[in-house]
Amino acid sequence: MLGAFLLAVGVAVAINLVLTGLILFAGATVGDYGECTVRVNGDREVKAAGGRSLLSTLKDSGIFIPSACGGRGSCGLCKVRVEGGGEPLATELPWLSKDEVKGGVRLACQVKVKGDLAIRIPEELLSVAQYEVEVASIADLTHDIKEVRLKLIEPGAMTFKAGQYVQFEVPAYKLTDEPVYRAYSISSDPVDRGAIELEIRYVPNGICTTYVHRHLKVGERVNINGPYGDFRLSDTGRDVIFIAGGSGMAPIKSMLLEMARTGCRRNAEYYFGARSREDLFLEDLMQRIEREMPSFRFIPSLAAPEGGDEWSGETGLVTDVVGRRAGDVSEKEAYLCGSPLMIDACVELLKKKGMPEDRIFYDKFS
Amino acid sequence: MGHAFAVFFAAVFTNNILLTNYLGMCSFLGVSREVKTSMGLGAAVVVVMTATSVLNWLVYSFVLAPLGLEYLRFIVFIVVIAAFVQIVEMVIERVSDTLYAALGIFLPLITVNCAILGVSLFMVIRSYTFLESLAYGAGSGVGWAVAILAMAGIRQRIGGSRVPKGMEGAGLALVIAGIMALAFMGFNGMMRLN
Repeated sequence: MLGAFLLAVGVAVAINLVLTGLILFAGATVGDYGECTVRVNGDREVKAAGGRSLLSTLKDSGIFIPSACGGRGSCGLCKVRVEGGGEPLATELPWLSKDEVKGGVRLACQVKVKGDLAIRIPEELLSVAQYEVEVASIADLTHDIKEVRLKLIEPGAMTFKAGQYVQFEVPAYKLTDEPVYRAYSISSDPVDRGAIELEIRYVPNGICTTYVHRHLKVGERVNINGPYGDFRLSDTGRDVIFIAGGSGMAPIKSMLLEMARTGCRRNAEYYFGARSREDLFLEDLMQRIEREMPSFRFIPSLAAPEGGDEWSGETGLVTDVVGRRAGDVSEKEAYLCGSPLMIDACVELLKKKGMPEDRIFYDKFS
Repeated sequence: MGHAFAVFFAAVFTNNILLTNYLGMCSFLGVSREVKTSMGLGAAVVVVMTATSVLNWLVYSFVLAPLGLEYLRFIVFIVVIAAFVQIVEMVIERVSDTLYAALGIFLPLITVNCAILGVSLFMVIRSYTFLESLAYGAGSGVGWAVAILAMAGIRQRIGGSRVPKGMEGAGLALVIAGIMALAFMGFNGMMRLN
């Protein structure tokens, strides 16, 4: 009996050992690509052992390409231009336009570094870094949006433009076996370089939002990387229309704080859509900015006021309010942040009212 | 030798592993939207099925059976398949970018494909000889590839048409698979496999 048991275990172990040995041998011979050099934007060189994905090779050398899925080819964010990088794989094609395929754009997570490579990435990504941060405070803005203030520890300061976003690293916990990254716009004034604030709305079963709302504690240390994105105020001097809903407030708030601080005189209207009174927040701050910046108007609207809401402001969907109040928009610029549905509807409306498409800027939640 | 041929053709048509045993459904439903990608997946399945049925036959006949450890076949077959697929992927990646793009990227998808394990298990249950196992592995692979190619062709044609909301995606695909299985039953009169 015992003999039969030992024989079975022994055979199973032996077979596994032989197979493991074969795989290790294959890895050390066929899978060994030696040291490879990745040339970034023609000047910077990254040396690393080959055989891994371009995304993780770059990450280990301190170059962060935005990516939300952790390198499984399912978010399509980590696009880089690879010079002589070959045809994209079938796994990449759904994320690439025809022009991108022609221009040699690949998903960094699907490109394996098997030899020397030359790549091109937006210059600003080189200033992207990983930051260790400490949670300084967590405050409720509404029943489902929290404002999280993160003090930068290492490095101790970040230079960013109002409207940019960072990626928040959620460590492995109940809902995820491996760290995942989620993007959030910075809502604080760029002048404050030692800390940033994020506005995070709770999504049921959302991996990151559940973590932030249910698990994150003041004093805890987490990692973020950034800043990313080109959603930022132009310097054309044109009149501005801001439109946001829910936590789409964040990047607009950052822009407004900067405008108020620098004494900006551009005319600006900010249409903010909420469902009911309890979803409306930061009205005090907006009124303060209105006082400091006489050319600014905050126009909140409620889509579905509750019975008990005392409300004398605008009602209806934010698109309806913009349609009623915005007047002639053909010479203005628009900055939109919110759900894809809201943004699509607003872009449609603004175009119909005569705003050229290249003056409509937006940051879509995905 | 003649019997091996019979096994091959039966595995392709009358006893198609996908349409009679309904094995390997996840990748069959997931990757059958386009003819081109299903061609790559089909080819990968043919290669892996043929090779793993031979490997597993050798392991079974020369290691497990002589030691009376037939009951270990489930664990042993699956690790042999996993290791084989991993090594093949490494080799393909090294040797040819074109081959990797066409075939290699599908390999991780089929490591855990139940049709691959199913073929190895059926071959043992039906006590095939070495040649018959080779024929059965290759035939099942080809049969699986034929089925997914036909499916992709049908789905591509349906692509432009209006499908009732509740039937979209997997629902309709399963109905199509059912009708295809009925059609393949027509081959039953030709030969039978036990």
